[in-house]
Order: sequence, then C-alpha cells, then structure tokens
Amino acid sequence: MLIGKVVGSVWATKKLDSFEGKKLLIIQPFNEDMKPEDKFIVAVDTVQAGKGDIIFYATSKEAAIPFKNDKMPADAAIVGIIDGFSL
Amino acid sequence: MILCKVLGSVYSTKKNKNFKGYKIMLVREITPSGNFKGKPFLAIDATDSGKGDTVLVIKDGGSLQIITKSKDIPENAIIAGVVDQVNLEV
Repeated sequence: MLIGKVVGSVWATKKLDSFEGKKLLIIQPFNEDMKPEDKFIVAVDTVQAGKGDIIFYATSKEAAIPFKNDKMPADAAIVGIIDGFSL
Repeated sequence: MILCKVLGSVYSTKKNKNFKGYKIMLVREITPSGNFKGKPFLAIDATDSGKGDTVLVIKDGGSLQIITKSKDIPENAIIAGVVDQVNLEV
C-alpha cells in the first residue's frame, strides 16, 4: 500500500453506477522524503477520510477488495487513516 | 521478493477491519549494500519484524492471500522474513 495526503474531493453526478454513494477523494502520494509529491490521483474512500488526513491506499486489483461483492472497478481505494508513525 | 529496511510501524485506528491482527510496517527498499531506493510503502508483517530490521518483502496480492489465508485484506505487500545477513560475493 502507498501513503498520501487527502487534498480535496471530486463530485460527479454522471458516473459509473458502482461509484454511487461513494466519496471520491483527491490524494497527493508521498515521495521518498514522505512529503506530498507533485502528482494527484482520485481514490474511492472506504474509511471516511477527510481533507488533510494522512492515509494509506490500495492500488490495482487490491483496490477492489474492500468492495468485494459489488465489484468496484476502481484502481485506488483509501483503506486507512494514519494516526501516527513510530519511527 | 525485495530487500527492505523497516523504518517503523504505523498507528491507525480507522482502517479496513481485515487488517486486524496484523502490524502495518513502514518499509523502504534497500540495495544489497544497504542504500535506500524508491519510495517508502506499507507492508503487513507476518514474521514479527521490528524497526531497523532488514526484511524480505513479497509484493504480490496472491502470495499475501496464501500466507494470510484471507482474500479480504486490501494489501499486496507482506514481510516474509527478517534477514540476518546479506552476502554480496560476486
């Protein structure tokens, strides 16, 4: 899983049915120094993440796992909010 | 598999329930001579590794499902061993 920061959200009325009722959040992935890099992806939220949260997200086929039954065609899903690291 | 260094562990109360029972570690790939490479990422721990350990990480969802005997963990990276020694005999 990768780490990133939630920097915004996306509203789409015309979209795939499977996104119905799901929050679409904009994430900036972290770079080598654990700082947001200049790249933005949109991920489906599964843990009620909010703007500013540091989160971790599953990608590729693992992104569909949280939605097992309704076959979510997403390639990125937020699956946890980080409270802190012990480094 | 790749060689990684365990940078530390992750605290997360609000997360997918299927992570229950697994520690989530922050790891980063290292070359056999110990230099960091690429971005830090998260792996679940199947071998009780700790901060500072050099570990073997499998980055494949199928293997993770075999090890954890579960198809419900939204993760593809798992720590499969704690490395005691790396020899680079050419």
